[in-house]
Amino acid sequence: MAYTAQDFKSNQEVRWCPGCGDHAVLASIHRALPEVCEALGYTKERIVFVSGIGCSSRLPYYMNTFGFHGIHGRATAISTGMKVANPKLSIWQATGDGDALAIGGNHFIHAIRRNIDINIILFNNQIYGLTKGQYSPTSKLGTITKTSPYGTVENPFNPGALALGAGATFFARSLDSELKLSQDILVAAAKHDGTSVVEMLVNCVIFNDGAHATISDREYRADRTIILRHGEPMVFGKNNDKGLIFRNRKLEVVTIGQNGISVGDLLVHDANCKDVGIQNLLVNMKYPDFPVALGVIRNVNESTYDDNVRDQLKEVEAKSKIKCMDDLLHSGATWVVK
Amino acid sequence: MQHKVIDMQNVVIRFAGDSGDGMQLTGTLFADASALFGNEISTFPDYPSEIRAPQGTVSGVSGFQVHIGSVEVNTPGDFCDVLVAMNPAALKANAKWTKPTATIIIDIDAFDEAGIKRAGYATLDPFAELKIEDRNIIPSPITTLTKESLKESGLDNKAILRSKNMFTLGMCFFLFNRSLDHTYEYLEDKFKKKPQLIDSNKKVLFDGFNYASNIHAIPNTYTVQPAPQEKGVYRNINGNQATAWGLMAAAEKSGIPLFCGSYPITPATGILEELAIHKNLGVKTMQAEDEIAGICTAIGAAYAGNFAVTTTSGPGLSLKSEAMGLAMITELPLVIVDVQRGGPSTGIPTKTEQTDLSQALYGRNGECPIAVMAAHSPSHCFDAAFYAGKYAMEHMMPVILLTEGFLGNGSEPWKIPSMKDYPEIHPPIIDSCEGVYKPYHRDPETFVRKWALPGKTGLEHRVGGLEKNPDGVISSDPINHEKMCAARAEKVACMANHIPRQEVIGADKAEVLVVGWGGTFGHLYSAVQQMRSEGKSVALAHFDYINPLPKNTADVFARYKKIIVCELNSGQFVDYLRAKLPDFKYLQYNKVQGQPFIVKEIVDAVNNIL
Repeated sequence: MAYTAQDFKSNQEVRWCPGCGDHAVLASIHRALPEVCEALGYTKERIVFVSGIGCSSRLPYYMNTFGFHGIHGRATAISTGMKVANPKLSIWQATGDGDALAIGGNHFIHAIRRNIDINIILFNNQIYGLTKGQYSPTSKLGTITKTSPYGTVENPFNPGALALGAGATFFARSLDSELKLSQDILVAAAKHDGTSVVEMLVNCVIFNDGAHATISDREYRADRTIILRHGEPMVFGKNNDKGLIFRNRKLEVVTIGQNGISVGDLLVHDANCKDVGIQNLLVNMKYPDFPVALGVIRNVNESTYDDNVRDQLKEVEAKSKIKCMDDLLHSGATWVVK
Repeated sequence: MQHKVIDMQNVVIRFAGDSGDGMQLTGTLFADASALFGNEISTFPDYPSEIRAPQGTVSGVSGFQVHIGSVEVNTPGDFCDVLVAMNPAALKANAKWTKPTATIIIDIDAFDEAGIKRAGYATLDPFAELKIEDRNIIPSPITTLTKESLKESGLDNKAILRSKNMFTLGMCFFLFNRSLDHTYEYLEDKFKKKPQLIDSNKKVLFDGFNYASNIHAIPNTYTVQPAPQEKGVYRNINGNQATAWGLMAAAEKSGIPLFCGSYPITPATGILEELAIHKNLGVKTMQAEDEIAGICTAIGAAYAGNFAVTTTSGPGLSLKSEAMGLAMITELPLVIVDVQRGGPSTGIPTKTEQTDLSQALYGRNGECPIAVMAAHSPSHCFDAAFYAGKYAMEHMMPVILLTEGFLGNGSEPWKIPSMKDYPEIHPPIIDSCEGVYKPYHRDPETFVRKWALPGKTGLEHRVGGLEKNPDGVISSDPINHEKMCAARAEKVACMANHIPRQEVIGADKAEVLVVGWGGTFGHLYSAVQQMRSEGKSVALAHFDYINPLPKNTADVFARYKKIIVCELNSGQFVDYLRAKLPDFKYLQYNKVQGQPFIVKEIVDAVNNIL
């Protein structure tokens, strides 16, 4: 049976603020899931949405799937337990920059390290929205918020660099308003076997309006972002005339047709390259020196935690003579009292 | 000198040395050999939290006490008949635990001036200073003789010195007329891959045995006959192992796979380690990144349909508090095992206490009652864990099982039960429903909701930490909230309809009812039995179920003139009883020293109020 986006919409009223970037991400999730089910042969009841605390963590209520709304920061641990308990489930986690990177930072890096097969959708609006406007671990240095009235004095995390540093096998980035790109990325994340981290750059109209405006504004978007596609040269710009090359151990923005540069000189994106070197440079690109990288930046295959758990259980079970509790109770040193 | 073999009903032996001297192993091997011989046994490891504290100092002394008997043994014993002290510090730390008639074996090689000073004695005569000159002290050159025994073994000096404990064990086997066979078998298995160490350890053990037999300094040896035990097959088991096995038994009886998410913490780690061995029985263990991840992975596993457990000690229970609330409000089955240790904060990690009871009962935000049970002996941890699993799964709620370091690491012989004697476990799993599934619709009598597992068609639903109405929709309606809080509390209270009635040991009516819970059972029982044999009007009510209390608790209390609640904290159970059953007057006896009760202090406390 083919699903439609409608099948995944719950009857609950969506309570995000009008204009919030989360609406767009929700729409791309609703659109991606029929494709995911089609591609992977899933039925709807295998899908579980898990979340922590924050605006984005309300998402499970807006999905007509199994859902678990956890506590602040702990969604990753909850997702991990679910996947180990039932590896057939397709686990999707909605989390925010505070939930995943501050209070839940430990679980985030350890899930990535283990490479458990869950899909983490990280809504990054660089602010605490649900608690009404405090700075987050991704707020830019100097950001003025209610808890930083004179500007923050701490450096932000780049979630992609953190994920890659923790050994991520899949990292992708999208913008809330890039619905089709988000949809494609979510399908790729579902197909990836292992922890998939998808950073969604979302706007918070109330507490951090224009969070990503410098790159997301329609007028500049093509010049200030680059959509990376595996196997394709790294071209960007309104006129598709800019590109990235690797020279003197650095990335460099060039203009095609100038200084003898042709498309053939540009870097070709290799998301499947196990060596994280170039991907790391790409994930760290910042405006104004570079375009911000969108798309699937890294997608490599490594063994997953859930598969390893399953294989080890089978292997040990096959070798053991102890098949039930009564066997175990009588194993080892025992003695008989007559 | 004529050698006499004296028959004794019970003997307490305490092995003490540096924490690297292998005293835990020596004690365990002695206990195992005695259990195989048919003695009743009870053991008590008493060790520092440092892996290798400074050598020769009192803070680094590691002890292991074994109580063996031809009669019923219920405690590891208060004072010892034999003390093995490998150095002056071990003697200093343990002399106070020796009976006036005790035999003390010391490694005289360690009693040089430097050693005596390092242990912090004021003089160079430890025996006079400790006022134990009248004990039967057997100074033996254990270090010298071990070196001599192994001089041709080819082992280096460090490896040779590490074998001192086997020499001591050999001496004790002579002293108690024990066979070396069990220890030989142990060594053959342990050092399968290093045959050189099998031979060297066996030689030292044998030489120790012969040395003790040759020196004539030991005029009498002792036998402790096998205890009259119920017929059956027995094994030795410690509390952490029994807890792990009890959880596995609940998984088997329910047909639900076991998942354990835990973080290592003393003294609970043994449960996770034990569970990790049994992948052959489908046990999934996850060493989580922290305590919170331990319980949260377990909650996720419970939602997905596993029998989920998390194991910890006091500080870990604190970290899990918020997530326990989540398990409670989502109404998922979960067993939380707390092997209590000395607190607060890091406290005294390797010492035993009952100081987490209040935390278990109350330590969460909001209206959050959780079922609390306790194990009362090392082997009882099996049944306690089994029933914690049964109630958690059948009542769809978290259950806290309190054990103690004293139980977790202590061991005793256990008549192996048969799984056919345990009840089936029937979790309320639902396969389908008409219309939309409503997660918080309940059984009107038990208040239990259904368990709807992801993967099942038509049962899609959302649960979470936000208050919901019975249909599963988020609600901050005031009346709904009050009703939902009441329903969740009622569900826990209803467990009282399913647990056993409170039993009393001793007369139905008496002057004094001793009340206890958890790991103090052996000591309280011994104290009460001793007083009853002296004709005193005393009985014991020992509680395995704390929240809810057994339904007949008030009826039991009403039959006694005085009630004294004895516990290893400053009065947490007695305060709970005062709140729950305020019609009674409760006396109390408390100890917060990181040590178990001794029988005599209980007897004295009860005599004081008789």
